[in-house]
Amino acid sequence: MYKILFSSVSKKFVMAVAGLFLILFLPVHLTINLMLLKSDPLPFNRAAHFMASFPVIKVFEVILFITLIVHIFYGIWLQIQNWRARPVKYASGQKSETSSFSRFMIWTGLTVLIFLIIHFFNFFFIKLGIVEGNPEDFYSVAHELFKIPAYNYIYLACFLLLGFHLHHAFSSAFQTLGLNHRIWTPVIKVLAWVYSIAIPAGFATIAIVLWQLK
Amino acid sequence: MKLTLKIWRQKDSKSKGRFETYHMENVSPEMSFLEMLDALNKRLVEEGGDPVAFDHDCREGICGSCGIYINGHPHGPVPGITTCHLSMRYFNDGETLWVEPWRAKPFPVIKDLIVDRSAFDKIQIAGGFISVDTGSAPEANSIPVRKQNADMAFDAAICIGCGACVAACKNASAMLFVSAKISQFALIPQGRIEAKERVRAMVEKMDELGFGNCSNTGACEAECPKKIKISNIARLNREYYKAY
Repeated sequence: MYKILFSSVSKKFVMAVAGLFLILFLPVHLTINLMLLKSDPLPFNRAAHFMASFPVIKVFEVILFITLIVHIFYGIWLQIQNWRARPVKYASGQKSETSSFSRFMIWTGLTVLIFLIIHFFNFFFIKLGIVEGNPEDFYSVAHELFKIPAYNYIYLACFLLLGFHLHHAFSSAFQTLGLNHRIWTPVIKVLAWVYSIAIPAGFATIAIVLWQLK
Repeated sequence: MKLTLKIWRQKDSKSKGRFETYHMENVSPEMSFLEMLDALNKRLVEEGGDPVAFDHDCREGICGSCGIYINGHPHGPVPGITTCHLSMRYFNDGETLWVEPWRAKPFPVIKDLIVDRSAFDKIQIAGGFISVDTGSAPEANSIPVRKQNADMAFDAAICIGCGACVAACKNASAMLFVSAKISQFALIPQGRIEAKERVRAMVEKMDELGFGNCSNTGACEAECPKKIKISNIARLNREYYKAY
């Protein structure tokens, strides 16, 4: 049983499934965030309240956190094994052609993790009562936050790195699940570009608009 | 051509290695890389030095013996060829070449540029075969094989097991090699009978030997001298999931 659950292929399978679940979550998050662009705070606050209180969503929230933790844990575990597999590095470096951003997944992933911690302090921990703020008015919390230039720079830089991470993650997940096809794999690669640009660009647009509203 | 060679020298597997610098003059652009090393070794022997140890056999690009990491690429910077087919005309006069052995924990250095690639043999022994009673060759067309599958199986079977995929991969993963060996059997009816046992055993052995995990970077495909495709890795993954 241990060999099935923790073989290299199984670990990658878990990473891919967890990653695809997180990929599905981001458009939902972005759709709700787009309501921040409205001048009326009510639609966003209602949506945020719904997401925080509806029982089915709460179940999905738990699944989302488990998925996130598994993705991070397995990612670090796999990376440590990968480093151990080559104890002596090449003096002339590695100049082989690779898919875009695939060499830096651990670094872009760790950056996104740091970003998530900051993001949780900014929003999620308010809901839990760990950080001071009004959990019923995340609209104002967001608008106040993006008045601070430092947060804008941090968020925008992290969105860029999130895009790099998502670009390789999107097509790599399908390959890991064994879904490689003569016709559909090129389509998935195009979708990876579209997704990895559209999602971070959407979040970045919101941050920039709120910043300019000051 | 004049060249400066920075070659990894290591007395044996237990000794600590280092780069030695050699200046080569009058290198013919028509020479292969291995012939250039032969010329260096001839000079070293004449000077009473220790020649550079490197693997080679057929020198026709089919045995998979030669494998040298040159200037950041396994088998050198030219795609689709082995080191023995690498011509010196691809380099520039006055260039400095870094010449290293494959670097991977399961491929320990034996001496200089020679690594122990028996890890690949161990993976093959674990399941890379079809169990049959030996005897006279059966009638070729007694088992129909779809042409497309036969072609893809052949494309996988041309893997020479040189280890360039492991050398190129940032994780030292052997997935391209293993996937080629899985695919050459998985695609034909004769190989389906033991497909589940084969993929389980070969992946288990690969993990046990300490190869890294596949990150789907595609470096292996880019550097494979036989142009084995990473679609084989997706097939390996499918076969593995089906096996449980």
